[in-house]
Amino acid sequence: MKCMKKIYSVLVENRSGVLSKVAGLFSRRCFNIDSLAVGETEDKDISCMTIVSSGDSRTLEQIEKQLNKKLDIIKVKTFDESMSVSRELMLIKVKYSKSNRREIMETCEAMKADIVDMSKHQMIIQICDTPERTALMIRLLSGISIVELARTGTLALLKCE
Amino acid sequence: MNGSDAMAKSLLNEGVDTIFGYSGVAIDPFWNSMRKTDIKQVLVRTEQNAGHAASGYARTSGKVGVCAVTSGPGATNLLTGIATAFADSIPLVCITGQVDSELLGSDVFQEVDVTGAAESFVKYSYLIKDVKDIPRVFHEAFYVANTGRRGPVLIDVPIDIQMKRIPDYDEPEGDPKMRTYKPTVKGNSVQIKKVVKVLESAKKPLICCGGGVILSGGTEELKTFAERHSIPVVSTMMGIGTLESDHPMYYGMVGNNGHALANRAMRECDTLIMVGARVADRAVSSPDLTLEGKVLIHMDVDPAEIGKNVGSTIPIVGDAKTIFDEFLTVDFECKHEKWIATLEEYRESIHEERPNNPDYVNPTEFVRKLSLAMEEDGIYVADVGQNQLFSCRNVIIRKGKFLTSGGMGTMGYSIPAAMGAKAAAPDRQVVAVCGDGSFQMSMMELATANQFDLPLKIVVMRNGFLGLVREHQHFAYHDDYNMVDLGMDPDLNMLSKAYHIDYFRLENMEGLDSTLKDFLDDGNSAILEILIDPMETVVQRHS
Repeated sequence: MKCMKKIYSVLVENRSGVLSKVAGLFSRRCFNIDSLAVGETEDKDISCMTIVSSGDSRTLEQIEKQLNKKLDIIKVKTFDESMSVSRELMLIKVKYSKSNRREIMETCEAMKADIVDMSKHQMIIQICDTPERTALMIRLLSGISIVELARTGTLALLKCE
Repeated sequence: MNGSDAMAKSLLNEGVDTIFGYSGVAIDPFWNSMRKTDIKQVLVRTEQNAGHAASGYARTSGKVGVCAVTSGPGATNLLTGIATAFADSIPLVCITGQVDSELLGSDVFQEVDVTGAAESFVKYSYLIKDVKDIPRVFHEAFYVANTGRRGPVLIDVPIDIQMKRIPDYDEPEGDPKMRTYKPTVKGNSVQIKKVVKVLESAKKPLICCGGGVILSGGTEELKTFAERHSIPVVSTMMGIGTLESDHPMYYGMVGNNGHALANRAMRECDTLIMVGARVADRAVSSPDLTLEGKVLIHMDVDPAEIGKNVGSTIPIVGDAKTIFDEFLTVDFECKHEKWIATLEEYRESIHEERPNNPDYVNPTEFVRKLSLAMEEDGIYVADVGQNQLFSCRNVIIRKGKFLTSGGMGTMGYSIPAAMGAKAAAPDRQVVAVCGDGSFQMSMMELATANQFDLPLKIVVMRNGFLGLVREHQHFAYHDDYNMVDLGMDPDLNMLSKAYHIDYFRLENMEGLDSTLKDFLDDGNSAILEILIDPMETVVQRHS
């Protein structure tokens, strides 16, 4: 069957143990988690979990139904990437030298990435963009030495009506 | 008032009259508070059986079954009971004691993360960290367990919370308000109209009912509907007893262990109403079997069941009782005499006769005779193994009930579940039917049945083997047996004496009727040991 990607925006009660219940549901039923991001909403009693998953259409439907069964989950919104605005934040610490400093800075400029910290040999680049563009950034920097990399899961909201 | 008093008061508020359990330091404040109530408290001999007994109680009474055990090993022993109830959607509230809340997570004596361990097989769980939450949590737990798709709810209560003073007990009233839980009960009326339209033109309609119909209390509604429109009915194992086994519209149990007649009806029908059944592998040997060329109408209270194992043409989410109530208000014609005539022809021509060894008791005939000898409203509890399949293929349920562990297939279920059934209905006859393997998993409960005046009739089908697995090894490994020979079984006559209960024995079919009568009429708990051919198989492979 065809493998598709879906984004689940899940409003949950902001209580201890909820993340493990939701993550446990995915692992027990062999659903994929491609990415996961969690944070409080404007209401501090409610958190929003953005889960990106992939699978065939029956699996993707089951994910939504099984999420809806969980008693800590208030609301599940499911949408395609194309219907949403999605962003990831990535921090990349790289080693640089005189010879490639200029090239790195030009790449950052082209990719609308910022240099947010710097020492004599290292710098941290910050990029906030779509999952495709953050992946592209990694590819563009692959020629230089990446010391560390940290990346959030995808955050997504349904496009404006 | 302490937390533990509030727990006991909550149980009284919810109308609990019986609780099964085991003690231990972490749950002791609760049991101390329970002394002041008139709730019947049954001390089982191992925690797993508290879960099964609560399940038997729930399935007999229609109320929530309740059990309470201590932390650590008490809680882990209970897990199988919880999982068994979850697999069959049985409403339970399971209370576990927990170590001091200040010490949670530090691996102190008898600490186990039971809410974590049970997460994937409870409907919901609570770990209470504030004594003030007790009234609300208990009220919610009973509501959640017994509404929507029913199931077990776990409440873990640290010992210090049980002992803490609760400033005042606010008695919760009405259904709890939970923004995350609103079960759909009523079927969508547009979908119901669609179904009526389909049935009007259906040539070969069939209803297949699962355990959900009995759980919803909708057996009468379904029966009236099937009778009014002459729609034949088959059932899954969990649905046995929805219609009387000898009802003219009933064609037996489906599935790879089911009746050839019922499976044939499933194959040949053109419109299948699947209600309250998860359509698991055991019910339909291949999930897509039911799809080809059929209109599949799938009704379930749990939206996630619809389309999980089979795709459906018309889904209806709702409680079976409510849906059929709704159907009964609609006037429509549904004509298919030819289909009924065909099924009746099949009923006459399909004979699943099996060779019978006259040196032993014939298990199929025994089950038939036993269920007919039982009182009309008797409760037949089958264990797991060959005994379960002999039972569900041959039992005749009239006004009574058939209980078994369907989804999990938990050996040792029958004796504690029968005990729970007896506690719920002291005036009804309760018979547990097990094998010599499953009997030995729960025989410690003979003491409980005696102590708490819950007289049980226990049939032990003795063949010296774990029969169903032996049968599997017979076919799959060409009689290369391993780990299925029970060797020298205990002497059940002596065991009966040790437990002060009566003992009967049948070595072959001679004297069957009079022995059954003596066994069932006996006022005490009694064991009836019947000898079964060790090489007996449940299903004849050619059928």
